[in-house]
Amino acid sequence: MEFIRITDVEKTYPTGVTAVYGLNLNIKKGDFVFIIGASGSGKSTVMKMLYREEKPTHGQIVIGGVRVDKLRNRKVYKLRRKIGVVFQDFKLLPKMTVYENVAFVLEMFGYTKSEVRAKTLKALDLVGLKEKVKNYPDELSGGEQQRVAIARAIVNAPKLVICDEPTGNLDPDTSLEIMKVLEVINNLGTTVIVVTHDRDIVNKMKKRVILLDKGKLKKDFEKGTYDKNEKH
Amino acid sequence: MIKMRNIRILGKNIRDGFRNVIRNFSLSLASISCIIVTLLIVAVAMIGSYNVENFTNIIRDDFTIVVYMDNKLDTNAEEEIKENINNLSNIESITFNSKRDIAENMKKEDPIFDTIISSWGESENPLYDTYLVKVKDSDKLSKTAKQIEKIEGVVIVKYGEGMIESLLSIFRIIEKILIILVISLVLVTAFLIVNTIKITIFSRQEEIEIKRLVGASNFSIKQPFVIEGLFIGIIGSIIPILVTIYGYSTLYEKTGGVIFSKFITLVKPFPFALYISGILLVIGIVVGMFGSSRAVRKYLKI
Repeated sequence: MEFIRITDVEKTYPTGVTAVYGLNLNIKKGDFVFIIGASGSGKSTVMKMLYREEKPTHGQIVIGGVRVDKLRNRKVYKLRRKIGVVFQDFKLLPKMTVYENVAFVLEMFGYTKSEVRAKTLKALDLVGLKEKVKNYPDELSGGEQQRVAIARAIVNAPKLVICDEPTGNLDPDTSLEIMKVLEVINNLGTTVIVVTHDRDIVNKMKKRVILLDKGKLKKDFEKGTYDKNEKH
Repeated sequence: MIKMRNIRILGKNIRDGFRNVIRNFSLSLASISCIIVTLLIVAVAMIGSYNVENFTNIIRDDFTIVVYMDNKLDTNAEEEIKENINNLSNIESITFNSKRDIAENMKKEDPIFDTIISSWGESENPLYDTYLVKVKDSDKLSKTAKQIEKIEGVVIVKYGEGMIESLLSIFRIIEKILIILVISLVLVTAFLIVNTIKITIFSRQEEIEIKRLVGASNFSIKQPFVIEGLFIGIIGSIIPILVTIYGYSTLYEKTGGVIFSKFITLVKPFPFALYISGILLVIGIVVGMFGSSRAVRKYLKI
């Protein structure tokens, strides 16, 4: 079943740079997809269009039946509540504990205290950080911080989790750990999209790989690998 | 269900707003002190002008022109003068006060007067028959007095020689200065709050960005800042309210409600001071929220 449908999408920035053009892509519900490509290939722009940080200049993007490209600015938050986003730099709030970093999302949506507690602990348990709820981000390792960010992304049970270079700041072992966590989430039915440079990860995970080059789709293959010969 | 959820969100935003005031206290302090100073001046201005208003009304009611008539006139001639006065515009009432009545009143005032006046015979009374004239518009008091002066048979006209009028006009000038001062201070305060919230917004850019990414609506991002302004306003109005209530009732007690002369009586402190406090709180809240929502509109681009 199609969950994400990208049709004829083009993105030209106000500076005149065209980052993406003629992009057609379908992603099924429950898929685990890597988007790879060299710097400037347009993969980050595709990501940003998915969580509606950027709007395509042309074409359609549909996520779960919603026309994301037509979404008005003040309605974007409704989309974001259904999507979890994970970044390279974690984006945790340093003055909040691990628990608070995850829980504030639910508090903001108006869940009761007991709901917040149950969901937060469940998400932290899923990423293996239940023991560290009272720690602050700067007391954690990079991998642990990224796991907190993942817990935050999934705490509201989104249908889709988007990760922008999630292992960019992490060593290979930790990176694999993070991927395993994402795989667990994927196995629970969540669609996962990962933008990465990390060849080892892609090769080990053996998932669908979408290769972008100069703003265009170059290759799309199931259980693909990151070919050493591909430019990146 | 949805309503409960909104109440919980509001509760969280109120907590966050309050926490932010405390967390950024050194920053909030500038705005809070400015509100304190402004509201203190607003309080003084309001208490002052309300009291001035109060006793000018009392004085106004007392404005009387005393018309002294020539001793040689008979009753008919005096009646004619009364008619002439009555023909002028701005006359509210005319009361006759005969020289005999005046003499009797003076006798009661002082034993020495009593001795002297008692020695006068009926025809020896040197005092004048008078009319006490009340006017409709006290601002035109001196004009009316001058018109009366011109009537034949009128010897002297007394009306305070403009003293009271100039006193009132000074009060009015002071009132205007206070109003201008208050308005400009309120503006300065609002501007300071805009700045405080602006700095808060800038220093929390990352937090705002993360909130946006996880799906916070614009409203739920903005609301804590506006509530922060509200708390700055409330905290800033506490000291002025205490000063108003305690300061004014102490002043009232110490002076017994009378300043300078018995003309100038103070308004009773209760419930007057409480009304003023209520107004101060409202001004604090309005200025705080206005300042912060302006900053949010201007600097929180979402």
